[in-house]
Amino acid sequence: MQTLTNRAKIVERKPMSMGERMYLPAIFKGMWITFKHIFRKKATINYPEQKRPFSPVFRGLHVLNRDAEGRENCTACGLCAVACPAEAITMEAAERKPGEEHLYREEKYAAKYEINMLRCIFCGLCEEACPKDAIYLSETFAPANYQRQGFIYGKDDLLIPNPVTEPEAYQKALGGRVVKEMTH
Amino acid sequence: MLLTIEWPVVLEKLILIIIVVSGSLVIAMYTTFAERKVAAVIQDRRGPNRAGPFGLLQPLADGLKLFFKEEIIPSFSNKALFILGPCLAMLTAMMTGAVIPWGSSVHLFDRTISLQIADINIGVLFVFGVVSMGVYGIMIGGWASNNKYSLLGGLRAASQIISYELPMGITMIALLMVTGTLSLNEMVVQQQQTMWNFCYQPLGFLIFLICAFAECNRTPFDLPEAENELIGGYHTEYSSMKLGFFLFAEYINMFISSAVMATLFFGGYDIIPFYDESAWGLSQNTMAILGTLALLVKIGFFLFLFMWVRWTIPRFRYDQLMNLGWKILLPLSLVNMLGTGAVILLKQNGWHF
Repeated sequence: MQTLTNRAKIVERKPMSMGERMYLPAIFKGMWITFKHIFRKKATINYPEQKRPFSPVFRGLHVLNRDAEGRENCTACGLCAVACPAEAITMEAAERKPGEEHLYREEKYAAKYEINMLRCIFCGLCEEACPKDAIYLSETFAPANYQRQGFIYGKDDLLIPNPVTEPEAYQKALGGRVVKEMTH
Repeated sequence: MLLTIEWPVVLEKLILIIIVVSGSLVIAMYTTFAERKVAAVIQDRRGPNRAGPFGLLQPLADGLKLFFKEEIIPSFSNKALFILGPCLAMLTAMMTGAVIPWGSSVHLFDRTISLQIADINIGVLFVFGVVSMGVYGIMIGGWASNNKYSLLGGLRAASQIISYELPMGITMIALLMVTGTLSLNEMVVQQQQTMWNFCYQPLGFLIFLICAFAECNRTPFDLPEAENELIGGYHTEYSSMKLGFFLFAEYINMFISSAVMATLFFGGYDIIPFYDESAWGLSQNTMAILGTLALLVKIGFFLFLFMWVRWTIPRFRYDQLMNLGWKILLPLSLVNMLGTGAVILLKQNGWHF
C-alpha cells in the first residue's frame, strides 16, 4: 500500500505467539507500569490551598483603573462598549461637578459602568480600545454565583481600590502589574 | 447431657462474632477509601483528602451520604425481592467470616479461646457454599428491578460465577489432596509445621486467584456492573443504602476472599514461612496477636492486589470471559488436579513407577 507520508506505520497483524497468548507477561508488564506511577510526582495540586500561577497575559476579570492620585481614569467615551463583540458593557456618562476633581480625572465620567460577565468573552478588546488606560483585564476570573444578576458587575465591583486612601488594598489588586505613566 | 449449653462458650463466641462482623465492616469501609486512594496514586492524583486528616473520615461521609439519599423503590419492581436482594448479598458476604481462623488461640480467664468462630470440619465447603449463595443477592436484585439492564447484569453475574466456580472447586480438590483436610484451622496448622501451600500448588493458586477476582465481580471480570454497557448492571435501580449494601457487600467479599486466599495458600496466621516461631519464646497470647497481625498484613496485600489489578487491566468482553473460564482455566485446573494426584500416588508408592 502506498502511504501518503513517511510517518505512516504499518500495523502488524500477525497471529500471537504462544508466549503472547499466555497474557501473563503482558499483565505483569502493565502492573509494573501502574506500580511505578505510585511513586511519581502528582499531577494535581490541593486546589483551594495551592493555586497555579496564571500567565501574565491571562485575560480575567476587568478592573476599572485609577491614576496615582486615586481619580477614576474612565471618561465614559464608550469606545470599549463599541469594541466589545459580545455587547457586555453598558455605561451612562455624567458631567463632573465642581468639587469632584479629586474623584474623576476629566470633566466627564461614567456614572454607571456595568459588565455582564456572562456575556463577556474575555477577549480584551475593551482594554485595547481604551485611550485612557481606564480598563484592563486582571489575572483573576469571575467566581461562581447562584443568580444571573450576580454576574452583572457594577462600578463598585470593578473599580480598583483608591491608592491614596487604601494603599494596601490597591497594591494587592495591582498584583504584579506595572503601572504605565499616562500622558495627557 | 448432649445439649447442655455452655454459657462461657456462647459468650466468647458471641463476642468473637461481634468483633469479626464489626471488624470486617470497618475494614470494608476503609477498603473503599483505600480503593479511591490507590486509584488516585496510580493515576498520579491525590485522592480524597478533605474529610478529616488525610481524608480518613471519607468513608464515614460516604456512608452518611448514602443513608440520607432518597430511597426509591420503582413501582414496577417486585418490592419484596427488591429489598431481599441487597440483604442477601450483605448476609452471605458476612457469613463466610465465621469459619476463617483469624488467629491461633488466646489464653484468657483460665480458658483457651480459639480465635475462630466455628472450626467446622468442612470449613472449605462452607466457604464455597456461602460464596456461591452470594450471587443470589445480585440475581434477585437484578431480576426484581424489572429493568433490562439490571436483568442482564444479574444474568451475567450468575453465569460468570457458575463458570468460575468450577475451576475454583477443582483447584480446591488438588489442594485438598495435598492437605488431606477440609478444616481451615487444620490447614493453617499444617502450613505452620511444614510450608505454605503456595509452594505445593503455585498453579492452583494462580487459578484460584483469577477465579476469586471473578467471584468478587472485580475488574477485569466486573461485567455484571459494567458501567458503559449496562449503566449500573444489577444495581441500576437501587438507591440510598440499598445501593450501599450492594457496593459494601462487594468490598466485604473482597476482604473475605483475601482472607481465604491467605488462609489456604499463604499460611493464614503463620508469621514467617520455613521458620518455627516458637523459638522466640513469646507467650501464647502475644503469638496469637502477632499471628492475627500477620494474617491482616497478608489480607492487606491481597486487597491491594485487587485494587492494583483493577486500575491496570481493562474489562473482558463477555465471550473472552467465557473462553477464559471454560477453555483455559477449567482444563488447566483439571491438569493441575491430575498432576497433583499422580505425584501424591507416586510418593505414596515410594516413587515406584
